[in-house]
Amino acid sequence: MNFAASPVLELTLPVWRSRFLLHVFVAGFALLLGRAIYLQGLNTDFLQAKGESRYSRVMEVPGNRGRILDRNGEALAISTPVKSIWAIPGEAHPGRRQLARLAALLEMPQAEIEKRLADTGRDFVFVKRQISPETAERVAGLHISGLFQSREYRRYYPSGEVMTHVLGFTGADDIGQEGVELAFQERLAGKPGSRRVIKDRLGQTVEDVESIKAAQDGNDLTLALDARIQSLAFSQLKAAVAQNRAKAGGVVVLDVDTGELLALANFPTYNPNNRSRLAGAQLRNRAVTDTFEPGSTLKPFTVALALETGRVRPESVILTAPGTLSIGGATIRDAHVERSLTVAQVIQKSSNVGAAKIALALPAESMWEMFRDVGFGSAPGLGFPGEATGKLRPYRSWRPIEQATMSYGHGISVSLVQLARAYSVFARDGELVPLSLVRVDAPPIGRRVMAPKTAAAVRAMLEMAVNRNGTAPRAQIVGYRVAGKTGTAHKQENGAYAADKYVSSFVGFAPASHPRLVVAVMIDEPSAGRYYGGTVAAPVFAQIMAGALRALDVAPDGPMQPIDLPPEGQEVKESV
Amino acid sequence: MVRLNLVLLVALAACALCLVTSQHQARRLFGELEQEQERSHQLGVEYGQLQLEASTWAVHARVERIASRQLHMRVPEANRLQIVRPEEVAK
Repeated sequence: MNFAASPVLELTLPVWRSRFLLHVFVAGFALLLGRAIYLQGLNTDFLQAKGESRYSRVMEVPGNRGRILDRNGEALAISTPVKSIWAIPGEAHPGRRQLARLAALLEMPQAEIEKRLADTGRDFVFVKRQISPETAERVAGLHISGLFQSREYRRYYPSGEVMTHVLGFTGADDIGQEGVELAFQERLAGKPGSRRVIKDRLGQTVEDVESIKAAQDGNDLTLALDARIQSLAFSQLKAAVAQNRAKAGGVVVLDVDTGELLALANFPTYNPNNRSRLAGAQLRNRAVTDTFEPGSTLKPFTVALALETGRVRPESVILTAPGTLSIGGATIRDAHVERSLTVAQVIQKSSNVGAAKIALALPAESMWEMFRDVGFGSAPGLGFPGEATGKLRPYRSWRPIEQATMSYGHGISVSLVQLARAYSVFARDGELVPLSLVRVDAPPIGRRVMAPKTAAAVRAMLEMAVNRNGTAPRAQIVGYRVAGKTGTAHKQENGAYAADKYVSSFVGFAPASHPRLVVAVMIDEPSAGRYYGGTVAAPVFAQIMAGALRALDVAPDGPMQPIDLPPEGQEVKESV
Repeated sequence: MVRLNLVLLVALAACALCLVTSQHQARRLFGELEQEQERSHQLGVEYGQLQLEASTWAVHARVERIASRQLHMRVPEANRLQIVRPEEVAK
């Protein structure tokens, strides 16, 4: 058969039909090409993102809050993960039995949970925050739809009420709200990060794509605090406040060499792990934020200034008879009348008249400068939130009677931390060092505020104040030489001094031959009959100082004999 | 020419198989790494909790209570103390 002769080939079709077909194909290709360009070129970002969202996930990486440690590495505050239960109110419809079991697990009234879940106006409601991981697991076991869990961190304070004023606490979102937690928030806080990963069908991570933001754990913070001394200071203070039926009290322990804060205790206090019932009085860090008129504890500064200017010597005699001194209508009294006293005895017996006479011979300006130089009237610079500066009025406004009363600590107010720091000047041969809340490794550079000779002379006087003829024989410690000064002051109420309300204090250091620690004790409104600093605050000082020196292995510098106390009732009474 | 193409084809197939196995290996190892990291995190948490527990047991008030009540320990009196100084021993 001859194909060329096939009749089919003889047929001639109209040319437009093939043309038409060609155009249809070309148009089809153009359409496909356009679509390809649109998808690959113009719309690629959107599509890529859509595709990635099918397998790639962004995961949160938590950053832990740093621990707070004491100077020996003992943990004082640690964050540990806990769970929070939250719900979408419109979607959570637990059955009656489920609800009852949930209420039992969470230890909440059933009605309270129902109330929270009924709040359908919101998309998110916490049912209970910060529960233990074990409880959270059992809640998950109830399989209630619309109920979810999220991981949070909770801060625990093993030492409880003992150091709560130093450490402070964090809120539910792990942000510091008081004390060190607030002051060092930046350093302690961890920064949460996130990373992108590829997950498979089963939800398991199969590949790490990129780290979007690296998580950063907070730094650990090593405080200057010594947990042993802190615990001792707190228990002694608590006992003293109870024994004297006092309103409040405070203790500060400083390291003389480094200016470190070894202990700071206040009473009343609270447990930072359970803050459900907190009153303002419990929260106050009195030793730092409250000021008081210190009373006789300021006399050594007046005497130091008089020694420094060369106006008196420790053995110079001051006439104190008849035990009163009238200045401009006001009268200064001594509780213990003596004909005359040496300058050293003015400190030993705490004579107001003697101190006032010494002060009146001094220019107001240099007295003001001395008070300012030892840190009164300015914040002590520990770094605590809300440090009190105290009140030190400019010397131009002083009247003579005010200058006289300021010499024995009235008409001026200080915080306990300021007072302890000022006494470190005597202990350090006339240098004032900056205080530190955190452990310091290199000794700090002090600022000289008085001659070493003056500081040594005042130290000798302060040592006399604690022997059996001084105002504070109860501050003595077996085996160590102690130096210190009592303070007993009427409290101010509504601008006048209250007759029956006192602040008793004692500030001192030991061992006197080479001072290592400064301890300041303040008892507010002792109301069990005794109110002299020598009988209320000095015994607390002795207990804390003895324990602290033993804890720090400080070599004894005194005789190993029982302490020498005058017979009951024959102690030298301090002028108030 | 045909022979070269065949060799290249075999090489290509081998490479492709290697790629698949190494990808699989990588994923498996990554999974293990992930698990280990999770474990290290868990251990970190546990360490924190144990530290908390240790601190709670070692609270000074408790140590003191046990020492004085159960073990009847007390601070010796002054007249029963003897201080030995190293410089005196050396003589």
